Amino acid sequence: MNTHSRIDPASVPDPKQSNRLAGGRVDHSTVLTFSFDGKRYRGHPGDTLASALLANGVRLMGRSFKYHRPRGPLTAGSEEPNALVELRTGARREPNTRATTIELYDGLTARSQNAWPSLKLDAMAVNDRLSPFLTAGFYYKTFMWPAAFWEKLYEPVIRRAAGLGSLSGRPDPDDYDKGFRHCDLLVIGAGPAGLLAALTAGRAGADVILADEDFTPGGRLLSERFVIDDGAADGWAARTVAELASLPNVRLMPRSTVIGAFDHGVYGVVERVSDHLPEPLPGKPRQILWRVTAKRAILAAGATERPIAFDDNDRPGIMMASALRTYANRYAATPAGRVAVFTCNDDGHRTAADLHAKGVRIAAVIDTRDDAPRSPDYEVLRGAQVAGTRGRLGLTFVTVRQADGTERVLEVGALGMAGGWNPNVHLTCHQRGRPVWNDRLAAFVPGALPPGMAVAGAANGALSTHGALSQGAETAIAACADLGRPTNAAPLPKAEDAPVTQTPFWHVTGCKRAWLDQQNDVTVKDVTLAHQEGFRAVEHLKRYTTLGMATDQGKTSNMAGLAIMAELTAKTIPGVGTTMFRPPYTPVPIATFAGRIKGRAFHPTRLTPSHHWAKERGAVFVEVGDWMRAQYFPREGETHWRQSVDREVTATRNGVGVCDCTTLGKIDVQGTDAASFLNLVYANGFAKLAVGRVRYGLMLREDGIAMDDGTAARMADDHFVVTTTTANAGRVFRHMEFVRQCLVPEMDVQLISTTEAWAQYAVAGPNSRDLLRRVVDPDIDLSNDAFPFMACAEVTVCGSLRARLFRISFSGELAYELAVPARYGDAMMRRLMDVGADLGVTPYGTEALGVMRIEKGHAAGNELNGTTTAANLGLGRMVSKKKDAIGSVLSERGGMNEPDDLRLIGLCPVDADARITAGGHLMARDGPVDAKHDQGYVTSAALSPTLGHMVGLAFLKRGADRMGERMRLVSPLTDLTVEVEVCSPHFVDPEGGRQRA
Amino acid sequence: MHDLRPITALGADARREDAVGALTLTERPDIALASVAARLGREGEARDRLRAVIGAVPGPGEVQLHDPEAGFWIGPDQWMVGAPFDTHEDLAARLKARFGDTASITEQTDAWTCFDLRGAEVEDALELLCNLDVRRMETGSARPTVIHHLRCFVTRRDPPDWFRVVGPRASADTLHHAILDAMRSVA
Repeated sequence: MNTHSRIDPASVPDPKQSNRLAGGRVDHSTVLTFSFDGKRYRGHPGDTLASALLANGVRLMGRSFKYHRPRGPLTAGSEEPNALVELRTGARREPNTRATTIELYDGLTARSQNAWPSLKLDAMAVNDRLSPFLTAGFYYKTFMWPAAFWEKLYEPVIRRAAGLGSLSGRPDPDDYDKGFRHCDLLVIGAGPAGLLAALTAGRAGADVILADEDFTPGGRLLSERFVIDDGAADGWAARTVAELASLPNVRLMPRSTVIGAFDHGVYGVVERVSDHLPEPLPGKPRQILWRVTAKRAILAAGATERPIAFDDNDRPGIMMASALRTYANRYAATPAGRVAVFTCNDDGHRTAADLHAKGVRIAAVIDTRDDAPRSPDYEVLRGAQVAGTRGRLGLTFVTVRQADGTERVLEVGALGMAGGWNPNVHLTCHQRGRPVWNDRLAAFVPGALPPGMAVAGAANGALSTHGALSQGAETAIAACADLGRPTNAAPLPKAEDAPVTQTPFWHVTGCKRAWLDQQNDVTVKDVTLAHQEGFRAVEHLKRYTTLGMATDQGKTSNMAGLAIMAELTAKTIPGVGTTMFRPPYTPVPIATFAGRIKGRAFHPTRLTPSHHWAKERGAVFVEVGDWMRAQYFPREGETHWRQSVDREVTATRNGVGVCDCTTLGKIDVQGTDAASFLNLVYANGFAKLAVGRVRYGLMLREDGIAMDDGTAARMADDHFVVTTTTANAGRVFRHMEFVRQCLVPEMDVQLISTTEAWAQYAVAGPNSRDLLRRVVDPDIDLSNDAFPFMACAEVTVCGSLRARLFRISFSGELAYELAVPARYGDAMMRRLMDVGADLGVTPYGTEALGVMRIEKGHAAGNELNGTTTAANLGLGRMVSKKKDAIGSVLSERGGMNEPDDLRLIGLCPVDADARITAGGHLMARDGPVDAKHDQGYVTSAALSPTLGHMVGLAFLKRGADRMGERMRLVSPLTDLTVEVEVCSPHFVDPEGGRQRA
Repeated sequence: MHDLRPITALGADARREDAVGALTLTERPDIALASVAARLGREGEARDRLRAVIGAVPGPGEVQLHDPEAGFWIGPDQWMVGAPFDTHEDLAARLKARFGDTASITEQTDAWTCFDLRGAEVEDALELLCNLDVRRMETGSARPTVIHHLRCFVTRRDPPDWFRVVGPRASADTLHHAILDAMRSVA
C-alpha cells in the first residue's frame, strides 16, 4: 500500500472552521458539535471549548467582573482569568467554568455570563464609561452611609451589577466521591520533569502516582515543536506515558488537579471523572476528591507565562504568547490569521516562528530589547513597545511606539504577550513556606518546602527542556534513595537547553488603563491609588484593589502587582513580599468537598433492634444523635401526638408498657479489679455491691461537675455491666478507657462496648411481672422476694435463649429491663406484644418515657447539662466521703457549695390549666424581671396525664428549703408569665412503693 | 430450644447479597464473635490459650485465618475471635471455658455486622471507603479504620480479592449503602 499518496484525514482542517489550522493533536476526522450562546459550532476530539471557539473565529467569550469589558481567553490553561462560561444547562449548569480547560464533547452547551442582554451588546458595559468613578476602594468610600443600607441595598445592587455566573438554584443531580490513595511517590504534573521523574521512580519499582490536571499528559511538550532524542517531543511524551501505563506500580491520574499540600505528606487531588462527558455514566461520580498520602512528592507543576501591562491590553485576541503557541501547535487553532507578538525575551520569538510555520501571518514581533534577535521570516521591531490597541469586541489594530519614538499601527486580530515565566510555586507554600527571589529569572522560585517534597523543572526555575528532564530524573533518584530503592542509571533524553535569562518588563509606562488582574478588573492605576492611599503592605494592596482575589487567585496578575508596588515604594519585589498561597490551587465545587456526605447520608444512622417492627406499627421516629428512636406510636383516631403520649403513659402506669432502650450505652467491665475501678469512676460506692444486684451510679468529671448517670449491674465478682445515658455512651466509654489506660494501668480491668450487641427493652407498669413471667423461662423465680427491686440476673427466655434481666425503673413503676442478643430483638418485641395483649401491653416511645421520668423526678440530659453538680441535682449525698473518686475532691470547691446554690425542685402551676415551659426563669412573685433577680430556671416540663396538669423540673436557688413557695415563671421570649408553686420533684409515688412492689 | 426468629442486621430473614459488575457484597450474619482481652499479668497464658484455639497469636494488623475459630488483633493483648454462628452461637461461653481467668471474654456477635466484599476491583472500591493502604494489605492483614464515620475493621482474606468489613450492627444500613455506592463507582 502506498501510504505516501494518502493524506491523513485526521490532520486536515475543517473548512467550516475559519481559523482551524492543520495538524495539531485534535482529531480532524471526527466532528463534535456544540453551542455557545445558542449558536452551533463544530470542533474535534482533543479540543477545549476555548480552542474550538477560536477555531470558529470566536474570540469574545465573556464580560469582565466589574466594568463588563469584552474579554477573550488570555491563556490556554487553568490559570485563565477571562474566558469563564456557564457550562451545561438545567440543574447541571455550572458557572465560572474556564473555557480553556473544558474538554469538548459532542452536544456541549455553554453560555456567556455577566452580560445582558447579550455578550456583544451588554447594557452593563456602562460601568466601563463610569470607570473614573469606580476605581479601587470606590465601594468602601461611596457606600458608607447610612450603615444599614450596605447589607440591604448597596451590596445586593452591586452584586447584581458586578458578578460572575449564577447558580441554577436546583439540587446538584450528580454524585461525588471521596477516596484515599497511598504511594511512595506522588508526581505532580506530567510535563517533561514529571514524566521523567515518574518513569525513573516507576522503573525502580516504587509505587508512583502521576497526577496531571490536563486530559492528555505531556505538559508543555504538547504545545511546543521541541525535539527529544531526535524525535518530536510529544512523541517522547506519548511513549513515556505508554511505558508508565504498562508498569503495575505506577498509577496515572489524568484530569486530576493537586489542589493542596497538607500535613504528613497528604495531598488533596480532585479527579474530574466525568466532566468530559455530557453527564456521568450511571452510578459514576462526577468528581472524586482524593486524599493521597505520599511518602515523597515531586512538584513538577511547570510555570505560568506573565503578561505585560499596556493600554487596553484586555481586548479579545490579546493573550499570552505561549497560549497562542498552544492553540496553534496543540489545538490547530488560531484566534486570527494575522498576529503580532509583544515580548521582552526570546520566548516570544518562538511563538512567532511556530505560528509562521503554521501559515499564520506575523505582522511583527515587538521586542522591548534593543538587541533582540532578527528573523528572516518576519519583521522584528527592536526597542519597541505597544502603546495602545483598538477593536470594540476584539482586537483590530495595535499601535506600536518604535525605538525612534514614532508610532506605527499594525492591523492584527491577535497579539501575544511574552513577559517571561513565573514558576508555579503555589503548592510549596501551602504549609506557610515562602518563595525566594531569583535574580537571574527575575521571579520567585520555591523556598522552604513541605517535608518530603522536592521541586523539579520549570516549577523550580529550570525553564529549558533539558533542565526539566534532568531535574525530574535527579529528584526521582533522590526520592528513591530516601525510600531505599536503588535506581538504574539511564541516559538522560537529549533536549534543548537554551540558556534562560529573564529581563523583567512589567508594564509600559504612562498608561491610562493597563490591566493587571483581568478577572477582577484591576489596573496599574488602581495599584498606584492603593499606594497613594497608604495601602502599601502586600496584604492591604490585595484587599484594597481585590488584586488576585478572583477565582483565578491572581495566577497571571499577582507578580505584576507586586512589581508595580515595588517601583512605587522604591523597594525590591522580594522586599514587597508575596501574599499567602492557600489551597485549593484551582476552584473546587463545594459538592466535591461534600462527597457522599449529603442529604440522608449526611451522618450515619443507627437503628434499634425493634426499628422494623416499630415502623410497621406506624411509629413516629426522632433522631437522638445518630439513633432513630420511636417517639410515639399513634393509633387510629389519634390526631395529636399528645393523645398518643397520654395514652402510652396511662397504659404503662395502669397496665404495662414496653420501650426500646437499646440506645442506652452498655459497657462490659471485667477483671479482678473491676469493682475497684468502678469505685473510682463513680462518685458513689460500688466496692461492696453484691453479685446479682444493680446500683444507680453518678459519674463526675475531674472538675466535680456531674458527667453522666446510669446503673452498674454486678453479674459476677469480676464482671459488671454498666449503662450510660444514650447521649453520653461514647463519651463515658472514652472516659473509662482513659482512666483504665492512663490513670490506673495497674488495675486488672478490661472494657468493651456492648451497646449494640443486646436489644434491651424496658417493661414497666404494674403488670410487668406478669408479662415477663410469660416469656422468661419458668425455672426463674420472679417473685419480689427472689428478684427484688435492683436485682439482676442472667436468665433464659422463650425456651433457652440467653438473656439478661435487670429490675430497674426509670418510670417509677414496677419495672424491668430485658436484654436479648440483638438479632432476636425484633422477635422478642413481637412476642411481648403477642403474649401481653390481655394485660394491656402498650409500646411507648421517647415522649412517654420523658413524661414519666419527669413525673418521677429523674434527672436526664436537660438536668445533666454540663453545669450542674451532684448537689444541684439533689444527689450531693451520693458523693462518697469514704473513698477517692474522680471529681469528688473538686466537687467540694468553694463556689460550687454556696448557701444559695441551685437545687432541683418540682413546679406545679397554681392555675391547673397554665403552661410550664422549659427554658423559663423563676422570679419572685413581685419585683423586677431581669437577670439580676433571676432565681433559677426550668429544665424540663411536661403535661402529666397522671396528675392532669403540667409539671416541671427546675433548678432554684435554695430550692430544697422553699417547698410550697409561690413564684413567677417568666419567659420574656415567649411572653409567658405563670404563677407556680415549688414542690418536690417526685410528683408520682415519691416513696417509691410502686417500683418495689 | 427457643422459638425466636432472628433477623439480620439489615432487618431481613435471609442475608443480603448484592452484585455490581464483577463485585459482590454479601452480608454475613452467620459469624459469631467474641472479644478476648488478657487479664493483667496473665498475658502469656492468654496468648498460649489463644494459640491453642486459633493456631497463632495475631499481632497488630494481623488476622489469623483458621477453622473453625479465627481471630484478629484489636488492641494490646486483645483480639476478636470469630467462628461459624450455626455451630458456635455460644462462642463466648466456649471461650470462657478455654481461657478461664486468663482473659475476659465478651460476646460481640450482635455488636457487629459483617460484609464480604469480593471481586477484581475490590481494592478500588475500598479506596473510596477508607483511608487504608489496601494495596499493601495482604491476605492475613487486619486494620481498624473508619468508613462513613463508622468504626470498622477490614481484613484481607484468601484469595486476596476477598475483603471482610466488620462494622457496627446498628448502622448496617448506612454501611451497606456506603459500600454499594463505592461498588457502583468503580464497577
